Amino acid sequence: MANFDQELDASGLNCPLPILRAKKSLAGLSAGQVLHIIATDPGSVKDFEAFAKQTGNELQESREEGGKFYFLIKKG
Amino acid sequence: MSDEKKLAIIATKGTLDWAYPPYILASTAAALGYQVEIFFTFYGLQLLKKNLNLKVSPLGNPGMPMPMGMDKWFPVIGTAIPGMESIMTIMMKQKMKSKGVASVGELRDLCIEAEVKLVACQMTVDLFDMNPKDFIDNLEFGGAATFFEFAGESDICLYI
Repeated sequence: MANFDQELDASGLNCPLPILRAKKSLAGLSAGQVLHIIATDPGSVKDFEAFAKQTGNELQESREEGGKFYFLIKKG
Repeated sequence: MSDEKKLAIIATKGTLDWAYPPYILASTAAALGYQVEIFFTFYGLQLLKKNLNLKVSPLGNPGMPMPMGMDKWFPVIGTAIPGMESIMTIMMKQKMKSKGVASVGELRDLCIEAEVKLVACQMTVDLFDMNPKDFIDNLEFGGAATFFEFAGESDICLYI
């Protein structure tokens, strides 16, 4: 069911930790692989958009469900 | 890589609250692919101590949110009561922990891991007779000219 290669649970973490953890996780993936991130920081929505734009990784999905935020980032 | 963006920061403050901006911005910029250098001068050198014992003070800081609306009725002079600084520091640390905000030490480690260059102002070390052994190992000592070598080519330069 899951169309990602690795998952990162950044729940409970605040700025800038979700971004820093994501960066670290992405470093371990190869181009084309997808990272699934779970976060609770509302600021992470804009931050992951900005992160993807600046790092050349693709933000494939960004959604909110039950107070949590889910992101799919494809490594560029 | 010459097309790598560069961020240069001067960190001048040595309190718990002001320790955050340089380390948050530096670690985030590094994650975004920036090459980063922080130049620590005067009180900013406290942020490089092995043993971080940073405090926050409500004294002379009317913008500081206080618990239970204390800032509304508590006299300004009350913020100078002995022990107030320790109490506010403990409360601030608890608050940060409960909100998932990283500790200063954690952010500093992330900066070091991301190869953020940390430069300690040699003049300040001499001025305050600081012991170089009290500082973390991952830094260099330098002066204003050292800072400009990097800052002169930076895309963003911040004074904090």
